[in-house]
Amino acid sequence: MILPPYADLLRLSADPEDRTILVMPFDDDVIGRPGFLHGGAIGGLLEMAAIVALKYALEEEGGGRIKPINVTVDYMRGGREKPTYAQGTVTRLGNRVANVEANAWQDDRSRPIAAARMNYLVARP
Amino acid sequence: MTPPETIRFDPEEFLRFGANGHAGRLGVRYEAHGEDWVDLALPYNPALVGDPESGVLASGPILAMMDVATSLSIWLKLGMFRPHATLDLRIDYLRPATPGRTVIGHGQCYRITRSISFIRGQAHDGDPGDPLAHVAGTYMFTEALP
Repeated sequence: MILPPYADLLRLSADPEDRTILVMPFDDDVIGRPGFLHGGAIGGLLEMAAIVALKYALEEEGGGRIKPINVTVDYMRGGREKPTYAQGTVTRLGNRVANVEANAWQDDRSRPIAAARMNYLVARP
Repeated sequence: MTPPETIRFDPEEFLRFGANGHAGRLGVRYEAHGEDWVDLALPYNPALVGDPESGVLASGPILAMMDVATSLSIWLKLGMFRPHATLDLRIDYLRPATPGRTVIGHGQCYRITRSISFIRGQAHDGDPGDPLAHVAGTYMFTEALP
């Protein structure tokens, strides 16, 4: 999947073993306070992971365009100076609306640093 | 009576200090502030696009700017810097940002308790009466009061 320019700014790439997992390397461009990831960069990563999950799910049903309605991000732990992973899950893919969740973690998937819930408007061809 | 000599929180200087972090990379600039609010600007930049077909900005950079604007509004209301972490942030995307236009993010803190701050904000691209996003959220102070 071709990711948009904003994903390049975050230096996101798909995990070679699972194309629905996105990896964001740590670098100066995603720092908030010293030593920690910026909450906005984590939010951006979660949104991108949700979009990737939704695009793949839509592709299986003939494709379509999506527009974000809203995003709620819960921050659970500070993001440290290491790679961050994120994966989205499509909870429901309706005709007009999709509900998607996404989780972000670093060393241990069972200890997420942030999670998001998103609603998307879906326009099918 | 003259108030005790304290260094008031300066959002413009604070933003300049963090210019090489994520907000700096996005190009977020200081615009204006009041007692419990701050306006920031996110100039249009093709590197921030989320939909190459339309040229519309990705939602992530707007979320990131609102995170910074609402954070600053807390320190303004408090009159000083105090470390905190975002607990949750919800953003409603009311309409796409117009390609080419600078997005203004208005963050306001409307309540501070011992450990939690409550914030809200709007983003627009020229007309504050025609917002493109609305945010609400909470932050928690990460260090106990002395």
